[in-house]
Amino acid sequence: MTQETKTATNISAAAEFTRPLLLTPAEDLRGYVLGYTGRGLTLLITFVSVMAVFLIFLFVIRETVPFIWLDTLKASVARLHHFLSSSEWYPQADEAEFGARALIVGSLYVTFAALIVAVPVGLISAVFLSDIAPFKLRQIIKPVIELLAAIPSVAYGFFAIIVVAPWLQRVFGFPTGANILNVSMILALMAVPTIISVAEDSLSAIGREIREASYGLGATRAETILRVVIPAAHSGIIAAVILGMMRAIGETMVVLMAAGMAAQIPSPWWNLSQSVRPMTATIAQEMGETPKGSEHYFALFAVGLVLLVFTFMLNMISQAFLVRFRRKGQQA
Amino acid sequence: MRNDEQSRSRTFLGVLLLCSTFTGLTLLGASRVIGADSSLTIEGSTTVGPIGDAFAEAFKSMYPGVSITVSKTGSGDGAAALVDGRCQVAMMSRFMKEIEFKKAVVNNVFPVAHVVGMDGVCIIVHPSNPVQELTAAQVRSIYKGEVTNWSQVGGPNIPVVPISRDTSSGTYETFHEMVMKKEKMASGVEYVSSNPQAHARVSTTQGAIAYVGLGFVDNKVRALRIDGVQPNRSTIAKGIYPVSRPLFLFTNGYPQLGSIVHAFVTFYLSEKGQDIVQSKGFVPLTNY
Repeated sequence: MTQETKTATNISAAAEFTRPLLLTPAEDLRGYVLGYTGRGLTLLITFVSVMAVFLIFLFVIRETVPFIWLDTLKASVARLHHFLSSSEWYPQADEAEFGARALIVGSLYVTFAALIVAVPVGLISAVFLSDIAPFKLRQIIKPVIELLAAIPSVAYGFFAIIVVAPWLQRVFGFPTGANILNVSMILALMAVPTIISVAEDSLSAIGREIREASYGLGATRAETILRVVIPAAHSGIIAAVILGMMRAIGETMVVLMAAGMAAQIPSPWWNLSQSVRPMTATIAQEMGETPKGSEHYFALFAVGLVLLVFTFMLNMISQAFLVRFRRKGQQA
Repeated sequence: MRNDEQSRSRTFLGVLLLCSTFTGLTLLGASRVIGADSSLTIEGSTTVGPIGDAFAEAFKSMYPGVSITVSKTGSGDGAAALVDGRCQVAMMSRFMKEIEFKKAVVNNVFPVAHVVGMDGVCIIVHPSNPVQELTAAQVRSIYKGEVTNWSQVGGPNIPVVPISRDTSSGTYETFHEMVMKKEKMASGVEYVSSNPQAHARVSTTQGAIAYVGLGFVDNKVRALRIDGVQPNRSTIAKGIYPVSRPLFLFTNGYPQLGSIVHAFVTFYLSEKGQDIVQSKGFVPLTNY
């Protein structure tokens, strides 16, 4: 009986296989050509995005050169030095000055202040979701957190300036509500979904057997999470933090609306109730009306290049950590 | 049968031909009435923008065949657009700078100014602020960072939060020239990108001071007297108020009489045009 059925399936399988095993030369050639055309085409389409990255870099550098390069090396070095060390940003003055230090420092301020809030919140939530939350609750919480990432940043900015700013003034007595604290709270809210989802992935990727081994040695759940799971997933967690950082440093609309845009370095340094002028918002506010080819125009590209270098470096670091994490996971 | 069908289709063709001829004729006729070009592109100042928008709206019902696009990108961009030929009318809240004029002439564009109304840049504070009057010099020292507390100018002991428009706006340039005398603002001055934003920041910040067009002054903010002059329609129209300025439409040469451009830049002279200028919070230019 079984023998019979087996033969029957064999026959039907053979019957379905209608193509002759030997191809004619024409068919062979066609297959060869089509195969390679397909490969070339997919490569070409993939190459579009690779080219885009290179072209953006090239374009930004090309537009920066007229600002930095002033015929002689000495003048160029002086310009670069002034650009990075001066805080005098007066692009429209008669004697225009382009000192971007306050802009760079402003970006770093809002980014790091955001991370101070976002990293603990993100990590604790990730641990809760991966190790503590029951499955059903997790199925509800995760989509809700991801929804947070889907809210347009202009809506966040509106909220920051209409709701958060007056609230800060009323409760803390700050003279101005458009300040570092306001922006970094909103940026933290925007970075949290990124941090949670990447960190949660890396925590979940730590195998069940590692956790069970820890329990087997008599460790409590808290000890297992703090001493075993988090250290094992550390490279993934670092990558999560850096990705969250990139979200914060590249954000434009919220900082444009709620950072106050004062080109100053807060003094004393811990005074988060002062306004700053981050790089992204400066470009957004000024680029629209800057005549193309003016010194101001090229200076904004120089600011853009600094921003690009920052995010590029952050991206490389996070990639390095993610690769390390994956390799480790394979070994385990 | 066959003949019948043929003749019917021929009639149909004939009707179609007639129809298209008529449409063509009417289109031609329409364009003859309103001038050579039936599209109008307007670019420039965000301050003059509301006037441009409202004029365009009125023109849509008066000249249904004309397509008008108004984009508000700032005075500087309006000038650049006129020079590049990207627009026929440039809205500007300041006169063209020398460098823009020179660039225009080199490009064979000869800017002609049409003043459509007057705008006053009002210095506004929070309604709870008891300070009623400042001199232009006091406002200047606030923005230069020399005055940091309202008590220094006769107000309560609250830190001053000076708020400026972004440096590429026409309002900024007017303020920069007429109040700041082209001196640099302090680094602590905050910048906002539009008049409504400046209004929103002042109405929610007790110690704030900012400057906006007369059209943006309402009961949520209070306009200060400057050098003893209250900004209002009559002081601004007469130019008594120290920070008042004309609003311009620029065209390339004086527009051809009877063209749509001509109708647009002279619309402010009509009763409806004056109503619009006034309803947008500006001061119409009249001598009565």
